Amino acid sequence: MTNQRTISRESDLSGQEYQWGFVTDVETDIAPKGLSEDIVRLISAKKEEPDWLLEWRLKAYRHWLVQYETENEPSWANIDYPKIDYQDIYYYAAPKSSSQAPKSLDDVDPEMLATFEKLGIPLQERAALAGVAVDAVFDSVSVATTMAKQLGELGIIFCSFSDAVKKHPDLVKKYLGSVVPYTDNFFATLNAAVFSDGSFAYIPPGVRCPIELMTYFRINTEGSGQFERTLIVADKGAYVSYLEGCTAPFRKTHQLHAATVELVALDDSEIKYSTIQNWFPGTPEGEGGVYNFVTKRGRADKNAKISWTQVETGSAITWKYPSVILKGDNSVGEFFSVALANNHQQADTGTKMIHIGKNTKSTIVAKGISAGKGNNTYRGQVQIMPGAENATNHTQCDSLLVGDECGAHTVPYIEVRNPTARLEHEASTSKVSDEQLFYLRARGLSEEEAHHMIITGWSRDVIKELPFEFALEASQLLKVSLEGAVG
Amino acid sequence: MLEIKNLQASVVDIEDSEILRGIDLRVNKGEVHAIMGPNGSGKSTLANVLMGRLDYEVTGGDILLEGKSIVDLPPEQRAHLGMFLAFQYPAEIPGVRPWQFLKAALDARADARGEEKMTVRNFSKLFDEKVEAVGINPQLVKRSLNEGFSGGEKKRNEMLQLEILQPSLAILDETDSGLDVDALRIVAEGVNSMRSPDRSFIIVTHYQRLLNYIRPDVVHILVQGKIMKTGGPELALEVEKDGYRNYLPAGATA
Amino acid sequence: MTFATVPAAVEKYSTAFEAAETRKNSESPAWLNSTRRQAWATFSELGIPTRRRGNELWKYTNLRPLAEAEFSFGEAGSVSLDALKSNGPWDDSWDTIVVVDGVYSDSLSNLHGTSGLVAGSLASAISSGSGEVERLLSSLAGREEYAFTALNTAFIDDGAYVQIAEDSSLDSPVQVVFVTSGPGHDGDSSRATYPRLLVDAGENSSLTLIETYINLSGSAQLTVPVVEIFAGRGSVVRHHRVQMENEQSFHIGTTRVNQLADSTFSSTTFAVGASIGRNDIHTQLAEPGAECTLRGLYMTGGQQHQDQEISTTHAKPHCSSHQYYKGILSGRSRAVFSGKVVVERDAQKSIADQKDLNLLLSRGAEIDAKPSLEIYADDVKAAHGATAGHVDRNTLFYLQSRGIDEDAAKAMLVRGFAEEMLDDFKPKALRDFVERVTDYRIKILLDESDTIGTA
Repeated sequence: MTNQRTISRESDLSGQEYQWGFVTDVETDIAPKGLSEDIVRLISAKKEEPDWLLEWRLKAYRHWLVQYETENEPSWANIDYPKIDYQDIYYYAAPKSSSQAPKSLDDVDPEMLATFEKLGIPLQERAALAGVAVDAVFDSVSVATTMAKQLGELGIIFCSFSDAVKKHPDLVKKYLGSVVPYTDNFFATLNAAVFSDGSFAYIPPGVRCPIELMTYFRINTEGSGQFERTLIVADKGAYVSYLEGCTAPFRKTHQLHAATVELVALDDSEIKYSTIQNWFPGTPEGEGGVYNFVTKRGRADKNAKISWTQVETGSAITWKYPSVILKGDNSVGEFFSVALANNHQQADTGTKMIHIGKNTKSTIVAKGISAGKGNNTYRGQVQIMPGAENATNHTQCDSLLVGDECGAHTVPYIEVRNPTARLEHEASTSKVSDEQLFYLRARGLSEEEAHHMIITGWSRDVIKELPFEFALEASQLLKVSLEGAVG
Repeated sequence: MLEIKNLQASVVDIEDSEILRGIDLRVNKGEVHAIMGPNGSGKSTLANVLMGRLDYEVTGGDILLEGKSIVDLPPEQRAHLGMFLAFQYPAEIPGVRPWQFLKAALDARADARGEEKMTVRNFSKLFDEKVEAVGINPQLVKRSLNEGFSGGEKKRNEMLQLEILQPSLAILDETDSGLDVDALRIVAEGVNSMRSPDRSFIIVTHYQRLLNYIRPDVVHILVQGKIMKTGGPELALEVEKDGYRNYLPAGATA
Repeated sequence: MTFATVPAAVEKYSTAFEAAETRKNSESPAWLNSTRRQAWATFSELGIPTRRRGNELWKYTNLRPLAEAEFSFGEAGSVSLDALKSNGPWDDSWDTIVVVDGVYSDSLSNLHGTSGLVAGSLASAISSGSGEVERLLSSLAGREEYAFTALNTAFIDDGAYVQIAEDSSLDSPVQVVFVTSGPGHDGDSSRATYPRLLVDAGENSSLTLIETYINLSGSAQLTVPVVEIFAGRGSVVRHHRVQMENEQSFHIGTTRVNQLADSTFSSTTFAVGASIGRNDIHTQLAEPGAECTLRGLYMTGGQQHQDQEISTTHAKPHCSSHQYYKGILSGRSRAVFSGKVVVERDAQKSIADQKDLNLLLSRGAEIDAKPSLEIYADDVKAAHGATAGHVDRNTLFYLQSRGIDEDAAKAMLVRGFAEEMLDDFKPKALRDFVERVTDYRIKILLDESDTIGTA
């Protein structure tokens, strides 16, 4: 049943703008293109999954097929792309060396490690020094999880999703699909059917995770989709900060990324989830790039808090709405976002805050930067359900336009079904003014540095929410991503 | 230090918008020059053109700094050569703290000159000292650059930058406008303490007020884009008494 | 656009369309027959938009009750002048056009032969070929892919025509009253009417226009009006829209405005009627220097549903637009504010702002607000905001502590919220009328309210 072959790996490095455009030479264990029940079964078999999980995947697959056949692929977003051929995608590609399941970092393919070096991920000892535990997902398969032992002493579980299925099936079974059911939306359904790996974290009651947990995602195989699934559970009174980074090599063909992230914050717990998304955005002429259709949602129980922070600089298309279901009384949801669309990039991103419990509170700060021919849309929904007494929301959406060929759009949806709610939505649109540029240049900054300083300053309310090291990386990414758009 | 030869300038893309109509000026090392003139005389334009503001176009003449023409240089390179403009209306830059901004400005200059960058520790020390010296509320410099600053606070912030960047040629564009007497004294003390044989100043002002505190070596009267008279400090006193009417063409009023 | 399902409710309107076509074709000019047929083809393809999934324009408004309702399309009925005067704003000094069941009424209209003004029946304007009716009619509404302008255009027959000559400045307002008399010819079903208004404001002209919708029957009626307003260079058009049909009726109104250079268009909507009411206004700032101000007050109670679909396109530089709406909701009613500003690539130096404020008076009420901006130019000042809130307990207490009884204090606070919108209705008879209706409605809404002062 296994069909293995090695695909050609030509690296195409003509685009200097995208610094992370390299391809790692690792033999890949790959399933044939296309989606079918057999492929779903193959993925499940490869992972040696229990029957209940295979059944869940199959239910998702069948549901997806109905959606697909009735043309229920979402079309409301302000994005424009050719129809995706779901039969022209590899749904499973694992680096071959992983089939021997690395026992420690020493067993990991050295070339893969070199890849992570290039990415600047502090794996190995550097991870420990930096206080970061890394779970690296490489073409959908978790390569190595560092620091698991140290975390284990606190009862914290941090491992690949596959490992979690094997070692902690009860936890996975209890929470998988509890926030994002397999019927949720077209892409989440697809993910439920074919997800190959991802990260799993569980923080036991009352435990404050002492370090930042981190996953680095990378798509390597050409023509492959990446469908990782992440599940984070903070038990009562627990705290965790989780970081996620994403890169993909330079490819002239589009790659599909349809991930799902579920967060469960039980009573009195807090989850802080930060993302730096730097998938390949396509060439300046609009060729290639990742189609990023991601479903992220958290459930906050009583007094719990979920905070999403994202810096979205990559992808040809970003379709992403990290959301919080504020189920418990006094729960808090936050969303801080900087999204950048340069050249031909299109971003349609925002959040959903669903207020169910009493005294629930949400804050949204969304910054959209449009440059080149990029189009950036903030789409956010704030929903106050009838029982959400005294719910409050504050939303601030700011757009910055760099150049006169781009577009900046703001589409908030405000739905209020309880009269005691208080909501405010503010938005502004601006550009980098000539006065600001001259002022900075008169002090000696180059035009590009001046732009960068103004833009990162403008984004500061979001960037300051990131852990320190990520904040520096985010600022650098904004700079690199805007090259060619300013000056 | 600075030599301006028959300088003519207009607003970019607007016909018949000539504002500077042939200015000649020579500022030697260590000198303090005051440029005075009525509203609309072109004195602020001169300050901005010297710094390379892109809204203006030099249509004739030349500007030489240490003997080299700077007319074609972008503003940042003029800054690297030691020029400094204290703005009449400093821009507000959200999210950028004065500390970060000044460090970046010093670093950019060090890079351009091939010098070593100041360490964060030394810079912090210098910054704190100068903040105290200029009398800026320390809370203010933790906020965004110029955002929500009062007029006086903005001017003090300009003086802070002047003190830290230690330029060889400082141009003050109506720095005295909107300042109370205390603030005026602080500005003047800053300038006076920085006077040195290696540093020149051009002080652009409408009123003689600031010159009570900073004694200029040379005073120029600028009217309708031309320097009508050059003299010593006594010229400023004369303007204080008689206004600019002696320098206006027949029939005009000021 | 493709729909997976058969267009809804088309067959209900097709008999009427065929009957009307047979009746009108011989009398109407060829261009109008062709316009009607094209519009019908569009409507037959679209049907009543009942599909809400992925249908942004109708995301919050469910038209199924409308699609399922039966209407008749009979001859115009009759109404008395007294009934008009007591059910809507009226001032004898105004030039007033009365349209009953979609047909111009010469006997009820009150026109003074005002200089610079051509006002009267749209049907006569069409048949006489006067002005630029052929060029203007349906050039803004009726040719696009939009079910209700298509439906109205397919049935264009009569309505009102208002033309202001260049450089004319009218001292007194022009009012157009659209009244529905009662059930159609078979007596027991509801009537559908498609009122049409064409306004042509010449260069540098000035006009105050009042557009009033009333319903003298107690049963459910369908009114699908389409208004096209052409604001010439430098013209000033002050528009007021008073929509107060009964609470069983459906009102799906569309206003399309084209503004030439330096024109000023301001419009204030007063929407209190209908079971499902929709006020869809679009202004096109077609030349530099145009400015529009779109404002409105909507008040809903019972099971009412009010939908404000407000959009402005900045097509050229140096234009400004202001959208400001306020809603008061009670009972189990629902209101929708969907504002949109599009700033096109060429439209540098645009200024746009957008605001929607809501007061919720009861637990069963729902407000859905979507104030959106779509911007393609980089030198733009745009801001928008939306809020929902309730009457503050502390403010109420403050008033009570000054000796004002609770009911009066509540009414005062709600009325205070509405006040700035009422101030827009300048002509005295109009102001008096909307004020009276507002006070009356506030009493009803407060009776249905259950939350004031509880939080």
